[in-house]
Amino acid sequence: MYRSHVLVCGGTGCTSSGSQQIMETLKKEIEKNGLSDEVAVVQTGCHGLCALGPIMIVYPDATFYSMVKVEDIPEIVSEHLLKGRVVTRLLYKETVSPAGKIKALSDTDFYKKQHRIALRNCGIINPEVIDEYIGTGGYEALGKVLTEMTPDEVIQLLLDSGLRGRGGAGFPTGLKWKLAKQNEADQKYVCCNADEGDPGAFMDRSILEGDPHAVLEAMAIAGYAIGASQGYIYVRAEYPIAVERLRIAIGQAREYGLLGKNIFDTGFDFDIDLRLGAGAFVCGEETALMTSIEGKRGEPRPRPPFPAQKGLFGKPSILNNVETYANIPQIILNGPEWFASMGTEKSKGTKVFALGGKIHNTGLVEIPMGTTLREVIEEIGGGIPNGKKFKAAQTGGPSGGCIPAEHFDIPIDYDNLISIGSMMGSGGLIVMDEDDCMVDIAKFFLEFTVEESCGKCTPCRIGTKRMLEILDKITKGTAVMEDLDKLEELCYYIKENSLCGLGQTAPNPVLSTLRYFRSEYEAHIKEKRCPAGVCKALLSYHIDRDKCKGCTLCARNCPADAIIGTVKNPHIIDQDKCIKCGTCIEKCKFGAIYKR
Amino acid sequence: MKSLAELKAIRERVQSQVSMRAEDHNHIRVVVGMATCGIASGARPVLTTLANAVQEKGLTDKIAVTQTGCIGLCQYEPIVEVMEPGKEKVTYIKMNPDKALEVVERHLIGGHVVEEYTLNHADIK
Repeated sequence: MYRSHVLVCGGTGCTSSGSQQIMETLKKEIEKNGLSDEVAVVQTGCHGLCALGPIMIVYPDATFYSMVKVEDIPEIVSEHLLKGRVVTRLLYKETVSPAGKIKALSDTDFYKKQHRIALRNCGIINPEVIDEYIGTGGYEALGKVLTEMTPDEVIQLLLDSGLRGRGGAGFPTGLKWKLAKQNEADQKYVCCNADEGDPGAFMDRSILEGDPHAVLEAMAIAGYAIGASQGYIYVRAEYPIAVERLRIAIGQAREYGLLGKNIFDTGFDFDIDLRLGAGAFVCGEETALMTSIEGKRGEPRPRPPFPAQKGLFGKPSILNNVETYANIPQIILNGPEWFASMGTEKSKGTKVFALGGKIHNTGLVEIPMGTTLREVIEEIGGGIPNGKKFKAAQTGGPSGGCIPAEHFDIPIDYDNLISIGSMMGSGGLIVMDEDDCMVDIAKFFLEFTVEESCGKCTPCRIGTKRMLEILDKITKGTAVMEDLDKLEELCYYIKENSLCGLGQTAPNPVLSTLRYFRSEYEAHIKEKRCPAGVCKALLSYHIDRDKCKGCTLCARNCPADAIIGTVKNPHIIDQDKCIKCGTCIEKCKFGAIYKR
Repeated sequence: MKSLAELKAIRERVQSQVSMRAEDHNHIRVVVGMATCGIASGARPVLTTLANAVQEKGLTDKIAVTQTGCIGLCQYEPIVEVMEPGKEKVTYIKMNPDKALEVVERHLIGGHVVEEYTLNHADIK
């Protein structure tokens, strides 16, 4: 038995900032100090504060250390773990009050407004040890469902809870299951969509890395509800840690008889296999995903028939997102009323968001539906760095749109986001400040969709390409106002006529930026000017003669030798040679260089 | 695993370990002085005894056993302080593993301060 547990984050974020080495050094130091029998080192999933990784928490006193380095370990072990003296310089600064008192993590701005359901075990348990999951009540929901409830009761419970799909579209989960159950077949399938592909999104990865058993348990519950005995998790191969932990989890669940034949002696059989995706964005679309599991090229097909009628291998199937599954065991154990008590009228429960872009606390947060964008960005996210002004938040990735400052106080839920031209999406939330050009952002997402379009249908294959060409012209200053009309027209055609969700939503980044930032598009076209100072073709760099001291620093650092001048005399930039890299602005100590 | 009873048995075995990792303001805090003076006079076995006893009895969701540095009463080490929200702090002095177990039984579980081991009881001049 251990008197203290040291939790080290083993999520992808902290692993890349060196948490594995930290864990090894920690174990060695603990042994050196003779504490091996007293202090346990536990590798966990993501805590959410990825910006401050590697993260370490010491229990039972819940001391939260951030940005820990290997060199800090001997001090933590000999001072804190042995003598009980907290190493204050490594504490997460938000947990230290001005008076020097340590406050609880749950009282910090980052965690205060969060409510963790899907992430409840992330950062708390060791995802590679099934006993730890069971220790928090794991697999009890499956036990309850199999021994006390009928499949119809399970589905009714989900319908009552109001749970909607967390992958982005927000289809009621209970209804999806009900449709699949109604269709009689000798074989049905339960699939899990872990093909998380939006740029900047990592909610599903973190759940799989931090609490894989929650997903397995929920899939088994789904199998019981719809009458399926086989499940597949479609996860991208670019998530090696998630894949490895899933493999371990499936192995352990089989060993315990929680997957396999005759689970809990009830005669119910269910097993799960992994299928690795090669990273095509379109494979996140349900029909393409199922085609890919079948071993074919991942292309979508027309619906109907819907997967609930003819899905994987032509059999009735359901597909839910990782985060949706992670909610289900908790809903079963705590009841639908508990879940429905959180959130807004039509969007119940919580949603996990991956905060990124121009924000202090980049990381993973889980908030009740109905929390406003302002609360997420200013309070939980800690605001925008360097005193810059908020310009827009992008949600829904390449399928979503940009939310401008005028909607800063809108409560986040499925319907509100759609009403303002964006969408919930899987949960990526990218914050942009005044230095971001909205045309450039739209172009970035269009580049992504053009790259990822599978090519099966014409509107998406050719239409998005044409859109990108127009956007390219606008950012280069060669577009005319008619191009803008053509761009808008194309948006509507592609939306209406594309085969699958990828094409149908691809114009959203353009439509939403046109709606809220039209003047920025017009400035590019009419004035040949990029207001945010991003589009290189429309910029030139200049030196203010009065401010330049002739220190030669810029000239020496210019990679293109574009700056001419002699010592103590004002310098000049040769516009023909300048590659607009911005190095001179960074180097100048007198603020003499500007762009326009 | 064939039954819910087996699942429950695993849960009960692991729960006290996992529930240590909760943050609760209402925890009773049991703090052992683990500075040089404390360690020299035998605080470590006291700490491990307390930590184990609390886990064995499944009390980790209510009680946190931690260490602290020197509290300035080196001649009375090993010292154990019990801090319960809303109650006055109790300071036990010259502890050993046996006395620690008695404190767990009588104070932490039974709710009665073991007066004879406290600082108040000692004849301090």
